[in-house]
Amino acid sequence: MRKYTPKDNVQKRAYYTDRFHVVPSVPKQAVSSDEIFAQQLAAVEAEITVIDSFIQLGQMVMEVKPEDNYRTIEILKDQCDYAMLSEMSAVDYLARDGKFEVFYQLLNLKERKRMRVICRVEKGYAVESVVPLYKSANFSEREMFDMFGIVANNHPFMKRIIMPDDWEGHPLLKTYPLHGDEFAAWYEVDKIFGKEAREAIGPEIRDQAQIHRYDTKRFSRVGHEVPFGADISAGEPETPIEYSETFLVNYNKSQKQLDKRK
Amino acid sequence: MAQHQVNYASSAGLPIALTTVDHLVNWGRSNSLWPLTYGLACCAIEMMASGGSRFDFDRYGTIFRASPRQSDVMILAGTLSKKHAEFARRLYDQMTEPKWVISMGSCANTGGMFNTYATVQGVDRIVPVDIYLPGCAPRPETLQYALMMLQKKIRRESANMKKNTKQNLRLI
Repeated sequence: MRKYTPKDNVQKRAYYTDRFHVVPSVPKQAVSSDEIFAQQLAAVEAEITVIDSFIQLGQMVMEVKPEDNYRTIEILKDQCDYAMLSEMSAVDYLARDGKFEVFYQLLNLKERKRMRVICRVEKGYAVESVVPLYKSANFSEREMFDMFGIVANNHPFMKRIIMPDDWEGHPLLKTYPLHGDEFAAWYEVDKIFGKEAREAIGPEIRDQAQIHRYDTKRFSRVGHEVPFGADISAGEPETPIEYSETFLVNYNKSQKQLDKRK
Repeated sequence: MAQHQVNYASSAGLPIALTTVDHLVNWGRSNSLWPLTYGLACCAIEMMASGGSRFDFDRYGTIFRASPRQSDVMILAGTLSKKHAEFARRLYDQMTEPKWVISMGSCANTGGMFNTYATVQGVDRIVPVDIYLPGCAPRPETLQYALMMLQKKIRRESANMKKNTKQNLRLI
C-alpha cells in the first residue's frame, strides 16, 4: 500500500511524487515571435498596463489588472477581431497566493487566433461583467459566481445557475470537501422533511461497499435467511443451507431431448 | 343455445370462480402497473427502451403515464441530484395510493459513482423503495424482471394497504 501523506496543503506541495514522473513543462515564446499577436498586444498596451504576456501552445496569454478586464476585452473585440468568447471561468489559487485566476478565452475567427486574458482577483473582490460584449458570458459568469463566489458587477442576473438557490458554499473551491459539509450532507432531508427527520433517516452512507453484518432489514446471507428484522447479533441459528426459490430456478425439470433418435 | 350450456362435468361443477378480495384486487393492481414518465439520467434511456416496441412493457399492462395522478409506480431512473430531490418527492406525494417505487440503477440505489456533495446517496433517503434494481445502466430485461418482481410482491400484499408492513416503514 502507498504511504499515507497528509493532504492539507496539496496546492503548495505535491503530496505524491512518482520517481519516474517528469512534470511536463510547456515552453513559452515571446509575443514578438508572432507578428499578429505582437500587433494585438501593442493595441492593448496603448491603453492598458499588461502585467505579463507570452505565447504558449500557439495561444497568447495576457495578464492584466482585474479592474482593466472589461476595457482589455473591449479593445480585443473592437480592434483585434476577437468575435467569440469561447470560455470563461476561474481557477482557485487561494492556497498559493490568496487569489483567483479569472480567465477569458477569446477566439479570432478572421486570423484563426486564440487569446487568453487572465486577471488575478483577490478573495472577496468582484470583476466587471463582460456580458455587454459577449452574450455567452451571461451563463459563464453566473457559473463562476456559483462555483467560486466571484461576483461579476453589472451582470443582468447574478444568481446561482447550477446549485440550488439556497445552497451554502461554493463547491469548486479547493477548500470545499468533496462529500460536502454538514449543510450539503443533510440538504435534501432538511428541505423535504425538516431537521427533525435527520435522526430517523440517518447520515449518508458514503462507503459503497458497506455491509451491516447484523442488519437483517437490508442484508441477508444467501442460504441463511432469517425473518425480516430478526435480531442475530448473538449469532445466527444453525440452519441447513436452504436456498429460497427466488434465487434458485430449476432449469432441469425435464430431460432435454435434442434428438428423438437418442 | 347448446354451446352456452355449462359442462358441469369438466369445469369444477359450477359456472363460477371463487376467489378472495385480496386476490382479485391484487390481480388488477399488478397487471396494470402504470409508471410515471419520469427519467433522471442515462438509466432513463433503458427505461424508454423498455417501454418501446422491442422490449414492450405494454404486454404487462405497463403503460407510462405523463401524470403522477394516474400513476402507480415511480421508476427513479438515474442520478438524483440534491437540487432535484425536492421535486422527486413532490411527484411521489402527488401520486395516488397505492403506489410503489422502483429504484433503477446504481446511482438511484446508493449514489453510485457520484459519491459527491451534490448527489442524493440513495433515493431511499427521500422515498420508500420497493425494488432496488442494480446495474449501470440495467438492461431493459432487468427492468422487466424488476417489474415482474414488483408484481410478485403486490400479489402477496393485502388489498388493504394499511395492513402492509411497507406502510409502517414509511419514513414520514
